[in-house]
Amino acid sequence: MNCRSEVLEVSVEGRQVEEAMLAVLHTVLLHRSTGKFHYKKEGTYSIGTVGTQDIDCDFIDFTYVRVSSEELDRALRKVVGEFRDALRNSGGDGLGQMSLEFYQKKKSRWPFSDECIPWEVWTVKVHVVALATEQERQICREKVGEKLCEKIINIVEVMNRHEYLPKMPTQSEVDNVFDTGLRDVQPYLYKISFQITDALGSSVTTTMRRLIKDTLAL
Amino acid sequence: METDLNSQDRKDLDKFIKFFALKTVQVIVQARLGEKICTRSSSSPTGSDWFNLAIKDIPEVTHEAKKALAGQLPAIGRSMCVEISLKTSEGDSMELEIWCLEMNEKCDKEIKVSYAVYNRLSLLLKSLLAITRVTPAYRLSRKQGHEYVILYRIYFGEVQLNGLGEGFQTVRVGTVGTPVGTITLSCAYRINLAFMSTRHFERTPPIMGIIIDHFVDRPYPSSSPMHPCNYRTAGEDTGVTYPSVEDSQEVCTTSFSTSPPSQCVFTVTKAHFQTPTPVVTDTLRVPMAGLAFSHQLSSSRLSCQPAALGVGSADLACPAVFAAGLNTTHPYQLMVPGKEGGVPLAPNQPAHGAQAGDQERLATYTPSDGAHCAATPSSSEDTEAVSNSSEGRASPHDVLETIFVRKVGAFVNKPINQVTLTSLDIPFAMFAPKNLELEDVDPMVNPPDSPETTSPLQGSLHSDGSSGGSSGNTQDDFVMIDFKPAFSKDDILPMDLGTFYREFQNPPQLSSLSIDIGAQSMAEDLHFSHSPVFGA
Repeated sequence: MNCRSEVLEVSVEGRQVEEAMLAVLHTVLLHRSTGKFHYKKEGTYSIGTVGTQDIDCDFIDFTYVRVSSEELDRALRKVVGEFRDALRNSGGDGLGQMSLEFYQKKKSRWPFSDECIPWEVWTVKVHVVALATEQERQICREKVGEKLCEKIINIVEVMNRHEYLPKMPTQSEVDNVFDTGLRDVQPYLYKISFQITDALGSSVTTTMRRLIKDTLAL
Repeated sequence: METDLNSQDRKDLDKFIKFFALKTVQVIVQARLGEKICTRSSSSPTGSDWFNLAIKDIPEVTHEAKKALAGQLPAIGRSMCVEISLKTSEGDSMELEIWCLEMNEKCDKEIKVSYAVYNRLSLLLKSLLAITRVTPAYRLSRKQGHEYVILYRIYFGEVQLNGLGEGFQTVRVGTVGTPVGTITLSCAYRINLAFMSTRHFERTPPIMGIIIDHFVDRPYPSSSPMHPCNYRTAGEDTGVTYPSVEDSQEVCTTSFSTSPPSQCVFTVTKAHFQTPTPVVTDTLRVPMAGLAFSHQLSSSRLSCQPAALGVGSADLACPAVFAAGLNTTHPYQLMVPGKEGGVPLAPNQPAHGAQAGDQERLATYTPSDGAHCAATPSSSEDTEAVSNSSEGRASPHDVLETIFVRKVGAFVNKPINQVTLTSLDIPFAMFAPKNLELEDVDPMVNPPDSPETTSPLQGSLHSDGSSGGSSGNTQDDFVMIDFKPAFSKDDILPMDLGTFYREFQNPPQLSSLSIDIGAQSMAEDLHFSHSPVFGA
C-alpha cells in the first residue's frame, strides 16, 4: 500500500506560525476524526457525535473549524508550540516543516515490535518572514488569511477524493487504527513531528551530521 | 440510471439524501449568522445526530428547507440551492454566493449505501463546515450589523447564478457517489463587491413606508422569500406559534458492523417526539426604511435540540438575533440584526408571511452585550411591542429613552425622533439608573430646599425659574441645568459661607491623627535640631 503524501507551504510572520499550523492541522484532523466507537454484540458498533467549534485567529484574519475536543487541541498546541520555539531559536533562515502522519499498527510476533505503516502524510512547510512596519503586518494579516483559505480548499479537495482509508476495525483491532485514548472523539492514529530546515530544504540536524561525518572521513 | 437497489437500501438512501440536504442548509445558514458556532462532542451516540455530527437544527431553517424541497429530493436537473445575499440599510441588495446541492447521472453501483455513502456524506458535511468559513461572505457575515445584514433563500430547481455578477468563482466542496447518482456540493461566490464601496451609509431621518427592494432588478423573480440569518430562541415567547412540522423527525440509529459490508446492519427508526415550538420569524412593522438596520432586536440563545430527546449538546455559543420585516416583493423579507447592532426586541406579530405593506417596526439596542436596549419608535404601539418582548426589557427601555433626552450632549436636548443610532449608544448605558423616581428623590440631585440666603454664586448659575433639576424646555436648543453650588439655598447644609467658617473654625482633632506625646516631642526635637533656622 502506498502512502499518500500531501505538501502545503505557507509564509507567515513569526507570531502567526502557531495559528497557521493549528488551522491546517485541525482542519485535517476534523476530517480524520470520528465519534467514539461503542461496540455491541454481534460485531456491530455505534458511533458517538463529533462537535465542532469556530476558532478566530488573533494574528490572522481567518477563522477555522476544529473538532470540539480539548484533549486533542491541547495535544496539537503542545507540539505546535515546540515547533514555534524551535523555529525561533534556530537562528536560521526561518524555515521549518511539520508532518502529520496517519498510520496503522501492524501486530508483529515476538520479538519484533509492532510495525507502524503510514497511509497518509501531510507536510506543512513554513517560511517565517520578518516585517518591519505595522502596515506590512496588517497586509500580512490579510494575505496570510487568504492563503490559509486556499489551503483549506486544497485540504478539502484531497479529503473528498475518497481514496484509501483503513478498513473499519473489529473491537480487538480498533487500537491499531484509531487513537482511542481521547475521551470524546476518535481520530485515526496519528503522529506529528517537525524539523527545522535550511535553505536547501534539508534538515539542519541532517546537515550537521553529514558535515561531521565528512570531517571524520578526511 | 439506477441500479437494482433493494427497497430497504433505496429507502435508506432517500432518507440519507433528505437529511443531508437539511443539514447542509443548516450548516450554511448557521455559518452566516454572524457568530461563532460551537457544539459539543458526545462520546455516546444520541441517536438524533445525523451523520454523527453535532449540527443544531434551527426550526425555521428546517421548515423553509422542507418547504423548498416540497417532498422532493435533489435529483438530476433538480438542485437544491441556498442563496446568500447582503442587504444594506438603504435597501440595496446583492447576491454573495449560491450553494448548490446537485445530483448527476454518474452512478456508483458498487458502493454500499448504509456504510460508505453514510460515512462519505458525513465527511462531506465536515468539509462544508470548513469551506463555509473560507468564502468571502463569511467575513462579511461576521461584520453584519447596522449597515447591512445577510439574508438567505432556499429554492429548488435550476441554479441561478446570474445575480453573482461577472467573474464569480466556484469551489467544489465534494462529491459522494451513490447507486442512483453522484451528489455534488459546490459554491459559486461573488468576487466583485464594488458597489458596496460606493455606498454612503448616511443616517437619514426616518420615513414612513415599507421596505422595498427596488435597487436590484432580479432577472428571475424570486419565488421564494429571503430570510435573515438570525433567529430567536424557541424559549422566547413571541406570541406566535410556528406551524409545527407535520412529519415526525426521524432518528438515525447508526449501528455499523465490523463484518464485511454485505452484512452491515443499519437501522433508521422513526421516533415521534415533540419538537420544541419552532419560533417563527414574524413580520414586524418597521416605521422607516432608513433606520431599519439601525434598529436591532433582542438577542437570545438558540436552543435547537428537541427537548424530548434530552440531547446533551450545548446551545449555540452565539446569541441569535431576530428581526423581521415586510416588503411588497418579499413578504418574508426579514431584517437581520447583527451582532454588533446588539439585541433585538421581536414584537409579537401575526402570521408568518402576512400583510405586505404593513408598517414595520424595530427596536434598537446598544451593542451586543445585550444588557440594554433603547427603542426609537415613538408610537405607543411600539412601546407595547417592546414590552411584549422577552425578558421584560420594557422598563429599562422606557427609562433609557427618557434619560437620553436629558443627557444627550452638553446642554443640548434633541427631540426623540431625531435621535440616531450612534447617539443612542450611550457609554455605560447599562449602568444608567433604572428608575427615574430614584433620581428624583436623590438628595445629591435634588437636595432639600435651603433657607432663603443669598450666595454670590447663586444668581449667575441658577436656572431661570426652574427647580428640581428639570432639564427645561425640551424644545429649546440650550437648556440650563440647575447648579447647586455650595452655600446656595439648595445646598445640603443650609448656611452661608460665613456661618460655615465660624462654626467649623476650630474643629476637634481626629483621633486617628493624634500621636503619642513622647513621639511628638521627639519629632519636635528632631525638627529643631535639623532646622536650618535654629541650627544644630
